[in-house]
Amino acid sequence: MSTQVPESVEEESATETASAGKQKRDAKKRERAERVQEQREAEAAEKARSADDTYHLKVFRYDPEVPEKQEPRFDDFHVPYKQGMTVLDALMWARDHYDSSLTFRHSCRQAICGSDALFVNGSQRLGCKTQLSDLSEPIRVEPLPHSDVVKDLVVDMEHFYDQMESVEPYFQTNSLPDGELDEQRQTRENREKVKMSTRCIWCSACMSSCNIAAGDNEYLGPAAINKAYRFAMDEREGEDMKQRRLEILEQEHGVWRCQTQFSCTEVCPKDIPLTEHIQELKREAIKNNLKFW
Amino acid sequence: MSQSYNRGLIEDFSRWREFSAGMWAWIFHKFTGWVLVGYLFTHIAVLSTALSGAAAYTNTIQALESLLVVRILEVGLLAVAVFHILNGLRLLFVDLGVGLEAQDRSFYASLILTGVIVVASVPTFLSGVSI
Repeated sequence: MSTQVPESVEEESATETASAGKQKRDAKKRERAERVQEQREAEAAEKARSADDTYHLKVFRYDPEVPEKQEPRFDDFHVPYKQGMTVLDALMWARDHYDSSLTFRHSCRQAICGSDALFVNGSQRLGCKTQLSDLSEPIRVEPLPHSDVVKDLVVDMEHFYDQMESVEPYFQTNSLPDGELDEQRQTRENREKVKMSTRCIWCSACMSSCNIAAGDNEYLGPAAINKAYRFAMDEREGEDMKQRRLEILEQEHGVWRCQTQFSCTEVCPKDIPLTEHIQELKREAIKNNLKFW
Repeated sequence: MSQSYNRGLIEDFSRWREFSAGMWAWIFHKFTGWVLVGYLFTHIAVLSTALSGAAAYTNTIQALESLLVVRILEVGLLAVAVFHILNGLRLLFVDLGVGLEAQDRSFYASLILTGVIVVASVPTFLSGVSI
């Protein structure tokens, strides 16, 4: 039992046993919590009614820790609309005013942290980058498909992170400049080449949209291949490092699993041309293995 | 947290309304590919009647062509083959890294072109061939 909540104990008599007193306090606390919750919901509903324009959200709910919530369901939230409101704003409003147990990941609210990729109206989008006004009602908000749901809108990202790590997503090189303080300069042309691929925010929207990744757990997935592209195409890494990267990519479950459905390119919130990068790495892999003697 | 809820196959198959151009192109390409593989067996069966003489082959062809349903199926076969060819060309360009930003438009173009060619072929197929 929490000790942080101030308790009113004046009604309790000293003759009561400790457990009975505790029970009574608990019951009272529960009652008060329910009253507060009801009041809050009534206030929120009142606010929603008085607003000029409300948006209707249907949000996927599931909580394995509460027996009554183990069967997934959709909750309806009517959120008063403010100009410029995003799906994430609406979810936060719903959480703050209707149900504080509504769970979703979010952090920066400006499409940089990659926490709030959601399945909104049938496609993977960042909640913070999707305007309510661009969507048709009711807005269905679901956790990312093809991944296990942990709670409500939170999915298990472990597999995605494993795939990202497996391509060694960091700069490595054997050819360091002579002076200890010399910078490792990149040509402007080379920087332009990898520019789009550096924008990845690890949100997993592409991985979730990929039909092949859904059926083949070993497939690296668009995000990981894009990450590998970013370094394989970086001239500063040198030839032998590129060779090493291509060896990872040209395996059976590497670039060759891509069947160019363009789903990843469609959903990428950072507009990375993922399919283009995968196709380029396929050509690199062939060039790497073709020998004419 | 050890439990997690798996939404199962429903998430794979019930989303077809939200599929984009690239996904449809992939599905149609797979489908037409399998139809063509199936047709290959019929094709070989019909051709191999020529092993028992020219007359047998001519008779088989004439018997088949006299059936309306066969002629309608041939229109379908043409549609399947033309789409597979055109989308195959599209995929060739995708593999070469040419025009990836226009991949949805090239899919629609191959669909429309397939439609035009198939419609244009209907009179020829349905009137039958006089051998």
